[in-house]
Amino acid sequence: MRTHDAVIIGGGPAGLAAAVQLKKNGIDDILIIEREKHLGGILRQCIHDGFGLTRFGVTLSGPEYSQRFIDMANELGVSTVTNATVIDLNGDRVITAATQQGLLQVQGKAVILTMGCRERTRGALAIPGTRPAGVFNAGVTQSYVNLYNTMVGKEVLIMGSGDIGLIMARRLTLEGAKVKGVFEIMPYPSGLPRNIEQCLNDYDIPLYLSHSVVEIKGQERIEGVRVVQVDESFRPIEGTEKYFSCDTLVLSVGLIPENELSLAAGVELDWRTNGAVVDEFYQSNVPGIFAAGNVLHVHDLVDFVSKEAEAMAEGVAEYLKNGALPECGLEIKAGNDIGHLIPQRVSGKRDFKLSLRVRKPWGKCCLEVRQGETVLKSLKLAKAIPAEMIELVIPAEKMNSVEDLEVRVYEI
Amino acid sequence: MKTDFDVIIIGGGVVGSAVARELSRYKLGIAVLEKELDVVNGTSGHNTGLLHSGALYEKNSLKMICSMEGNADFDRVAEELDVPFKRCGKLVVGFGDEERERLEKLYQKGLDNGVPGLRMIDHAELKSIEPSADGDFALVVPTAGILCPFTYTIALAENAAMNGAKYFFDHAATGIDRTGDHYTVHTAKGDFTGRWVINCAGLFAYQVSKWLGFGAYEPARVKGEYIILDKRVGKHLIRPVYPTPNIYGDFDVHVTPTIDGNVLVGPTIENIGDKIDYSATQDMIDVLARDGLKMFDYVKREHYIRNYAGVFPTVKNEKGEVEPDFCIQTREDIPNAVNLVGINSPGLTSSLPIARRVVEKIKAQEKLIPNESFDPVRRGIERFAEKSKAEQAELIASDADYGEIFCRCECVTKAEIKKAAHNILGVSTVTGIKYRTRATMGRCQGGYCQTRIAALLQQELGQKKNEIRLKTTGGYMFTGDVK
Ligand SMILES: Cc1cc2nc3c(=O)[nH]c(=O)nc-3n(C[C@H](O)[C@@H](O)[C@H](O)COP(=O)(O)OP(=O)(O)OC[C@H]3O[C@@H](n4cnc5c(N)ncnc54)[C@H](O)[C@@H]3O)c2cc1C
Ligand SMILES: Cc1cc2nc3c(=O)[nH]c(=O)nc-3n(C[C@H](O)[C@H](O)[C@H](O)COP(=O)(O)OP(=O)(O)OC[C@H]3O[C@@H](n4cnc5c(N)ncnc54)[C@H](O)[C@@H]3O)c2cc1C
Repeated sequence: MRTHDAVIIGGGPAGLAAAVQLKKNGIDDILIIEREKHLGGILRQCIHDGFGLTRFGVTLSGPEYSQRFIDMANELGVSTVTNATVIDLNGDRVITAATQQGLLQVQGKAVILTMGCRERTRGALAIPGTRPAGVFNAGVTQSYVNLYNTMVGKEVLIMGSGDIGLIMARRLTLEGAKVKGVFEIMPYPSGLPRNIEQCLNDYDIPLYLSHSVVEIKGQERIEGVRVVQVDESFRPIEGTEKYFSCDTLVLSVGLIPENELSLAAGVELDWRTNGAVVDEFYQSNVPGIFAAGNVLHVHDLVDFVSKEAEAMAEGVAEYLKNGALPECGLEIKAGNDIGHLIPQRVSGKRDFKLSLRVRKPWGKCCLEVRQGETVLKSLKLAKAIPAEMIELVIPAEKMNSVEDLEVRVYEI
Repeated sequence: MKTDFDVIIIGGGVVGSAVARELSRYKLGIAVLEKELDVVNGTSGHNTGLLHSGALYEKNSLKMICSMEGNADFDRVAEELDVPFKRCGKLVVGFGDEERERLEKLYQKGLDNGVPGLRMIDHAELKSIEPSADGDFALVVPTAGILCPFTYTIALAENAAMNGAKYFFDHAATGIDRTGDHYTVHTAKGDFTGRWVINCAGLFAYQVSKWLGFGAYEPARVKGEYIILDKRVGKHLIRPVYPTPNIYGDFDVHVTPTIDGNVLVGPTIENIGDKIDYSATQDMIDVLARDGLKMFDYVKREHYIRNYAGVFPTVKNEKGEVEPDFCIQTREDIPNAVNLVGINSPGLTSSLPIARRVVEKIKAQEKLIPNESFDPVRRGIERFAEKSKAEQAELIASDADYGEIFCRCECVTKAEIKKAAHNILGVSTVTGIKYRTRATMGRCQGGYCQTRIAALLQQELGQKKNEIRLKTTGGYMFTGDVK
């Protein structure tokens, strides 16, 4: 069996950034395994712009953004195999991939998980009603329209205000469809404010907050949905029910990190992120298996994905050079109002970057990271919303290596 | 197109296809008229997939006799037709004295019917053989099993087609005329003539029965909803777990592992009269969540992957009573017709025994000449996911398309999808591909592979974008190209 210093599963933005950064750290023997014909990940279908402001200081389209990393990887001579789907990973870091040439088996001294995520479906939410044609997930719709040149319908409703749904509201409108509205069960949108502005408001597409789709109607092709307004505990409010006709329903109801391979290898997952539990080096509980990008936790901006993968690559490089990483025995506990956080474990000996999301929108608030009585970091914010990931660097100087850490948010 | 046949079968579900298959053992021109675009769009594709033991039914009823015959025969049938099947047994659990009494009755009935291997076990033994189930006691039914109802129905139909039967999809029979002993069956696409008509129309058998002149049955349909759980939790359920029958003798919500490793929660029971309704409703989803949890700890929202429903083809007879048994009828004043009505559960288990009885009825009227080239063996598409690594390597070496994964959740390859697209029945819907390969049946529900399947249908079958169908004639997937 072939072995490599690092084998990267998934050649999207996270996998590419990791490869480039490893090369820069002198790790030469790397292989990226990608199931698609092309590298670039989900960005290949994101033809709108707005990528790269944080990472490159310019705004690029999705394919342009990923091309930058593909070019860097090529210049540095990163080996890649495409059209190869990893179908198995075990705890000894042996990878099996299906390719047209046969089964590819390789072992990585380090294995990097960058498989991205998948979309939550209608079935997972158990949306009542019939099961006609014309109900699509937003990412699937994006793929049909942008990669397969295929139009899904004419009269569209969107359930869920996730970013991809918002982007598709605009895209389908530009392609001549009538987008009649976006329904969101929460009292606030789950997508980014700029997407609400540029994708809905600019096109007069109404956003119905605190509204839920309670039934899908139509026998063969979808004909409409019943929608109802809900109260704070998501109970239907009597007398608010409305019927909207449509021929297409697009679901933008959340993304789930794709961790079947990770589970097969014995990687422990965090129920809040649906991704691996990692330490400050982005190493999972299985030594030598690392994770970054959407497979670890869902990101809204690719720039953060790249940066996270680059940070992970530093940890992988150190692991490969020293054969091990410092022990990370301290847990970071998330307070009630924290949606999730990464990493979940730290050594207490080094600076590290904390990424987190709040559970609900806040006005003026303060994020605080403590270790026992010591406040390690506090950050005042004018507002915080679940749609936007927050990053903060926690300095090592005040940390001890015995007590667990705690993160909370409070109003000021 | 040839439209004159010896036998016209109306309805190509598991019963119609079993009849077609058993009749194809003889030199007969056989037409199967099916109103849908596939053989599993009716009840045969919307059930629990349980191979019943026969313990439940009235002694010597057709339901008892046919299900026991079908059950005893199924290892051989599964082998012959390459249908995934597991004789895993089944458990009926109970709590308290009242339920014990009812369960003892069922046990006695089963013994009386001659169902082999039945035994009562206590709580400790229940826990040792099925750790996720709970009960003070349980009845073990070792001969029950699970099978894939899609594969079984498709296999029967494919085997019938291999042996000469012709399937006509999108051909709803709209009326029947008889001249002497010759029949004309009308469809919107033209008339079909034949010497024999077999009514296998499932939920619409009552209508065909009227056209033929048999009893005036009326639909008294019953709807059952289900939730499907992720394979992740499938490993915690070894065999179906049912509660003790309720005071009406019906089983409330139970849990059944599928042959592919998912778990079915359901069905609920709801009378819907003359309606046909496959929708999922919030009320029943709540019932399934509540009652399902009593049977299996993992009936939790995070494990849901899909809902579906089935409709029992229950009928009332002329006296206004619910017909309790299968009806397999011939009448002297209606020559050359076999009427199958009320083919309710356990119709899947009983389909071949029912079909053999249909053949006997025909044989009673005329001498059938054996079809010498009849081949009872049908092979399904080789499934990459079920192979060892060495076998997978061999498959790829034999066909490079086995090395291209289309459906990531169920690990279905391009080779399998291609074979499914070129199936002998000529079924060409996206859902048809799903039933033949499991692509889109996993936890992402086609998020990854549906785009590829749609593209493949265009390449392999020359379908235009606006011709691609999800499942039914009116169920178009796309409006066309992006402008
Ligand atoms: C539909 C969608 C639209 C988005 N739109 C935007 C946007 O407009 N702006 C923005 O900033 N962010 C957007 N995002 C957010 C996301 O964070 C992306 O920015 C980014 O692509 C994530 O990078 P990644 O490398 O983690 O995952 P991905 O880009 O998903 O890459 C994962 C790669 O792994 C491969 N892979 C997975 N499993 C296997 C396997 N078993 N074997 C081999 N290869 C495998 C995949 O084919 C893919 O190439 C979007 C995300 C999605 C899902
Ligand atoms: C919820 C539920 C659970 C069940 N579980 C089990 C189980 O676990 N085990 C078991 O053994 N049985 C079970 N059954 C019973 C079993 O599924 C049925 O008995 C069996 O599928 C009936 O097969 P069929 O071919 O008669 O019906 P169908 O599959 O409905 O086939 C009839 C066909 O006729 C076609 N048709 C109708 N009218 C016309 C027309 N005018 N012209 C042309 N075509 C027409 C229909 O489109 C259909 O395809 C269950 C049933 C239900 C509803």
